[in-house]
Amino acid sequence: MSSTAPPSNGVDHVDERLLRTTPLKKLLARPELGSVVGAIAVFAFFAVVADSFLKPSSLGTVLYAASTIGIMAVPVALLMIGGEFDLSAGVLVTSSALISSMFSYQMTANVWVGVGVSLLVTLAIGVFNGFMLTRTKLPSFIITLGTFLMLTGLNLGLTKLISGTVSTKSVADMEGFPSARKLFASEATIGGVEFKVTILWWLGLVALATWILLRTRFGNWIFAVGGGADAARAVGVPVHRTKIGLYMGVAFCAWISGQHLLFSFDVVQSGEGVGNELIYIIAAVIGGCLITGGYGSAIGSAVGALIFGMTSKGIVYAEWNPDWFKFFLGAMLLLATLLNAWIRKRVEATK
Amino acid sequence: MTTEPTPLVELADVSKYYGNIRALEGVSLEVNAGEISCVLGDNGAGKSTLIKIVAGLHRHDAGTFRIEGEEVTLANPRDALDRGIATVYQDLAVVPLMPVWRNFFLGSEPTKGKGPLKRLDVELMRTTTREALLRMGIDLRDVDQPIGTLSGGERQCVAIARAVHFGAKVLVLDEPTAALGVKQSGVVLKYVAAARDEGLGVVLITHNPHHAYLVGDRFVLLKRGVMAASHTKDSVTLDELTRQMAGGSELEDLRHELERPTGT
Repeated sequence: MSSTAPPSNGVDHVDERLLRTTPLKKLLARPELGSVVGAIAVFAFFAVVADSFLKPSSLGTVLYAASTIGIMAVPVALLMIGGEFDLSAGVLVTSSALISSMFSYQMTANVWVGVGVSLLVTLAIGVFNGFMLTRTKLPSFIITLGTFLMLTGLNLGLTKLISGTVSTKSVADMEGFPSARKLFASEATIGGVEFKVTILWWLGLVALATWILLRTRFGNWIFAVGGGADAARAVGVPVHRTKIGLYMGVAFCAWISGQHLLFSFDVVQSGEGVGNELIYIIAAVIGGCLITGGYGSAIGSAVGALIFGMTSKGIVYAEWNPDWFKFFLGAMLLLATLLNAWIRKRVEATK
Repeated sequence: MTTEPTPLVELADVSKYYGNIRALEGVSLEVNAGEISCVLGDNGAGKSTLIKIVAGLHRHDAGTFRIEGEEVTLANPRDALDRGIATVYQDLAVVPLMPVWRNFFLGSEPTKGKGPLKRLDVELMRTTTREALLRMGIDLRDVDQPIGTLSGGERQCVAIARAVHFGAKVLVLDEPTAALGVKQSGVVLKYVAAARDEGLGVVLITHNPHHAYLVGDRFVLLKRGVMAASHTKDSVTLDELTRQMAGGSELEDLRHELERPTGT
């Protein structure tokens, strides 16, 4: 194993010892592989059992369902690669929508002011999560569970206090609403199929996150702080700033999701979002993110979200009881995690 | 003994206390360019405390610490690094799941392009990693493999090559051979010698006098926080070093105890 062989003379020559890695094995080492196989299986399954699943109009519906999860699964996956969780991600979306809606309604005449204020406050909550985590060194599970509960309470409490009911007043007749709606909740018809703008946001975020992860210094640091924070610190990686940045990423995407929520329904229900944080995490894990950090991909999280979209809508198209959705989810999660564990073992066992 | 022009690192009568615990007292150590200074000692002898002072993790409480003749008190590991002291810890060297080339440049990644297009210079990173490793005599199968798939010795070697590449003047190695087999240890020692031949000063922390004697030029023996002995290579034999390290008469007793059952 140890390199006692004479040094090779060229850089670009193919090392004869590389024969051991077959293309198949190389493919198996990709974090997304398990999820892609799963996605194909799920697609084939529903294509057979549900007649309307293959209709063009279903494509728009499935992609929309996938995009609403996918927009949040991207930053949650990055955070997970960085070795942390965010249990407050689900209610943060609702908080962001509530802030935007109520600030606009109570303080101004233009929704864009609320949208801007919401961005600042949401990012501040992300910074709070990251700051608390890096300062206290408590597990992110505890810190963000605390934020999750506090935000859940604040969402309900403040909305009731300000609006008198559990939902906000409609902002549909306010200035700037049409343009905000265009940006966050419009749809386009292509070839007779209706596509929501969230799909664009989703694909854009996946591309951006992949770029950051694989081609920037910050991306290198994300892998490092998740895979070995002490080693990263020892070579000069700003571990704390990297983690705070990741929480701000979650907050930014929560803001996008929140604005979509607000501008597609005009009003926001203050109790929404609870439980979604787990869905984002599951999408990331199905997509190949290691729950212990240091491994995963943004594209994987997108495939995970796509599996979610196909399963939730496929069950409807197959006219089954929606209860089955949870069963599928559980089985999917278990299989994906087993596959990930196996990959990690392969990567680490040959020390 | 200290007649060399200016040692890269020189500790004189350095002490360190943790509250009322004396971790280190009156220890002197000299590291010259192109030489290997070994710090020997059993568990709890103060080896790690010494290494932490040199690496900038702890400040010394008494004595003087000079880097290239200038008296210093290091504020943090970054400070030590900036002054050319690179430390390779036993476990802290690398991130196992990341490819070799990403590990090699971690924390000092080269970039190209401007503004939003500023990106990692992946090609440069890959080829430089391969070349830097080759220069140290490490021929890696594939710089894309996760560093966790390398053997313990290979990983140590990558960490050493990294320190050499980034222009370290002094290399501090914390028990590089502790968890390795005989063959692997030999490989690592070869790279330690290669680093020395590149003109670096090396501090080799170990509890194995055999390994130390193979490559070392100076030897400092620590025992219970104090300096038990200090030798240069020509003033001590391996047997003497081993005997002092193991505690002389204690070893004799142990040998008798252990020999009896086998009948030899």
